[in-house]
Amino acid sequence: MKIRIKFAKYGAMKFIGHLDMMRYFQKAIRRADIDIRYSEGFNPHQIMSFAAPLGVGIESYGEYMDIEVLSMTSAEDMKRALNDVMVEGVEILSVNVMPDDVKNAMASVAAASYRIAMKEGYSEKTPSGGFPIDDLAGKLQTFYAQEHIPYTKETKKGVAELDLKEGLYELAPEPDGAIRMLVNASSSGNIKPAMVFESFCKSAGIDIPQTAYQVTRLETYTDMAKDGEAHKFVPLSDVGNDDNRKR
Amino acid sequence: MRKLALRDEILMQVEKPARYIGNEVNSVVKDKAHVEIRFAMCFPDVYEIGMSHLGIQILYSMFNAWADVWCERVYSPWVDLDRIMRQEKIPLFGLESQEPVKDMDFLGITIQYEMCYTNILQILDLAQIPLSAKERGEDAPIVIGGGPCAYNPEPIAEFFDLFYIGEGETQYRRLFDWYLENRRAGGTRLDFLHGAAGIPGIYVPRFYEELYRADGTVQGRRKLYDDVPDRITKELVKDMTAVHYPQKPVVPFIKVTQDRVVLEIQRGCIRGCRFCQAGQLYRPVRERDADKLKEYAKAALQNTGHEEISLSSLSSSDYTQLNELLDFLIEDCDRKHVNISLPSLRIDAFSLDVMSKVQDVKKSSLTFAPEAGSQRLRDVINKGLTEEVILKGAALAFAGGWTRVKLYFMLGLPTETEEDIRGIGELSNKIAAAFFDTVPKDKRVNGKVQIVTSTSFFIPKPFTPFQWAPMCTKEEFIDKAYLTKKGIMEQLNQKSIKYNWHEADASVLEGVFARGDRRVAEVIRKAYERGCLFDSWSEYFHNDVWLECFADCGLDIGFYTTRERADDEIFPWDFIDCGVTREFLLREWNRAKAQTVSPNCKEQCQGCGAGRFGVGICKER
Repeated sequence: MKIRIKFAKYGAMKFIGHLDMMRYFQKAIRRADIDIRYSEGFNPHQIMSFAAPLGVGIESYGEYMDIEVLSMTSAEDMKRALNDVMVEGVEILSVNVMPDDVKNAMASVAAASYRIAMKEGYSEKTPSGGFPIDDLAGKLQTFYAQEHIPYTKETKKGVAELDLKEGLYELAPEPDGAIRMLVNASSSGNIKPAMVFESFCKSAGIDIPQTAYQVTRLETYTDMAKDGEAHKFVPLSDVGNDDNRKR
Repeated sequence: MRKLALRDEILMQVEKPARYIGNEVNSVVKDKAHVEIRFAMCFPDVYEIGMSHLGIQILYSMFNAWADVWCERVYSPWVDLDRIMRQEKIPLFGLESQEPVKDMDFLGITIQYEMCYTNILQILDLAQIPLSAKERGEDAPIVIGGGPCAYNPEPIAEFFDLFYIGEGETQYRRLFDWYLENRRAGGTRLDFLHGAAGIPGIYVPRFYEELYRADGTVQGRRKLYDDVPDRITKELVKDMTAVHYPQKPVVPFIKVTQDRVVLEIQRGCIRGCRFCQAGQLYRPVRERDADKLKEYAKAALQNTGHEEISLSSLSSSDYTQLNELLDFLIEDCDRKHVNISLPSLRIDAFSLDVMSKVQDVKKSSLTFAPEAGSQRLRDVINKGLTEEVILKGAALAFAGGWTRVKLYFMLGLPTETEEDIRGIGELSNKIAAAFFDTVPKDKRVNGKVQIVTSTSFFIPKPFTPFQWAPMCTKEEFIDKAYLTKKGIMEQLNQKSIKYNWHEADASVLEGVFARGDRRVAEVIRKAYERGCLFDSWSEYFHNDVWLECFADCGLDIGFYTTRERADDEIFPWDFIDCGVTREFLLREWNRAKAQTVSPNCKEQCQGCGAGRFGVGICKER
């Protein structure tokens, strides 16, 4: 049986890297007595895969992993059993039984939404997460209205010229003054939210150091659109949902 | 949610921030308003090393089971964070509360190896606690030292308020109760220490003076209070089955050295190898009941989710209920997909059978520790392992499919000759030959056998028969390593043998600390002030700085290392009674020089002195 687990990761846990989170969950699944399937061979490992790795320092309320189990009582029981063995800063948000033919979480990822907010104590002007930027909405609109958003990405091999516009699906202010965006998170066109924010700050002529703001992933989406259709982003947890299946 | 001691931008720029955030599964957070005693438990090395130590897990679990105590963990900040904490004057903090160590009641430091001594000073310094115990005010935590190096505490005595000599399970409650009583009565720090000196196993160094003769050796000790004890007898657990054992060990987020459940099956060792300090310090051998161990294994695996369990003891093959325990573990762990790791097993038909059940034979290697290259020298060190037994074990293993063998030897053992050293290459060669004799050509995986021969340099340790022995100089060590290498290169099967050796500089320093006296403290402090830290990490070991510090302090390294001690010389650690008597050790030293082996505790009691505790094997006999 394929199970999709949605979880949140925040607080001190944002400093735990992706590989260590996998180790954390492998141990948690044993503590929770989940009847997970193991691979064959002399060193069997749990059948488990994660959707989209989260960078160190980023918080998330939309993380996903898929596991396969041999037996279970109910999704609710599994959610409770897992939450009973979590540490502060990791929370199981939902557990869904998936159809057998579902694509695995990692291959399904198409987009992710993020919130970027000022960290507490970095700005007197905006104590509640907002940025010290006048007319944020207008400036975001101007930035987003550009036909191309060029970005120079430094990689190990050298520099690469990107156009962020292609993968930047939404960009808008939040009521509290933070910024929300929806970006491509697929393996082929992944855009880091910090790249967008950095680019925006540059175009708006403001200087905000990377240490001053907190990036939070809000949700991870798959694209349910058929070939040729416009994007139809659906949260990964809703894929197995009957309503979506019928549509 | 807890507020972290380090700001986000600091945690984002240091290596492995998970070392500093706490919050691990089974870590204990209490309401500080409801505890009487705050205890910071420290292993003075990096997190991954410190978190792998069983002793701290035992005491952490035991202390936190007491409602009035909150025990937290502290490890050495790695060099990157060390620099930031100094620059920004951030006080060292406990991982659980993220609050400064300097505000706690106790700082307990386990001292597992000599090369961590500068790290102890780093801990005190970063915690903003004065380095010298005598300079500490009423508000500073009481700094306690424990672990094997506390059996010769003198080189670091001035940095500690007290040492706990022996096994930690027995006297801490009494120490805490006295602390609370003294505090309620409005007593001072000195009052507390004075009273603590009357508790068994507790040594308060400031109440004693070490006196020296003109030749630099110890003349004796002077007590500054009449009512403090002349000798400190080690503490030990009388009933290993009844004593506390952690069933919810802390599970680190990052991979640490010992990333598994550790089951301590017994304490002590019957063998009496003459170079081995642990073999003497933890006498007499005491077993834990197998049924209790089965319960612990089940509970700890359930509570941690670890995928591996390991047995811990000095010589697991000597555990009398090994068969029963392993049968249970193999069945139970297989069902749960848990691996079993089996260190310190003697290689014979039984252990090979067990190992083939729990390990991938093709991938694992076998370990032998002959320690010396010739039978003559193995008799000197009382290592009851013969060439015949090694070759028989190796042949059995090769027949069973193993192709990798690790061999451990020591160089610089007392009475060692060139012939003994050549024996290392010869024995390695014979083991390789055993492979080619045992395994027919068409059955050889890749056609090869891999022998990895490693040597370390012998360092005489207190409370061993070799505490009188001279240690080699650095130059002698290096010559011996070259001779070993040459001996291996001359062998027929040399292509199957890989040789590793240790660096000699750090071994010399370890030799000074191991048998040092109070005068060595000045060198340690100076070296720390000049930047020495993480001396056990070769990339951070600065031998030139250490040599400079010895010269500046006017101390001669050779006095502590290469000098042969007279039979009646008073040693700096003689005031500690570890159970084993000096008479026994001297007897063993003389037997060593006569190349006479001594039977182990099971074969025949040697009257070592530990029998007076009336426990374990001494009671059974």
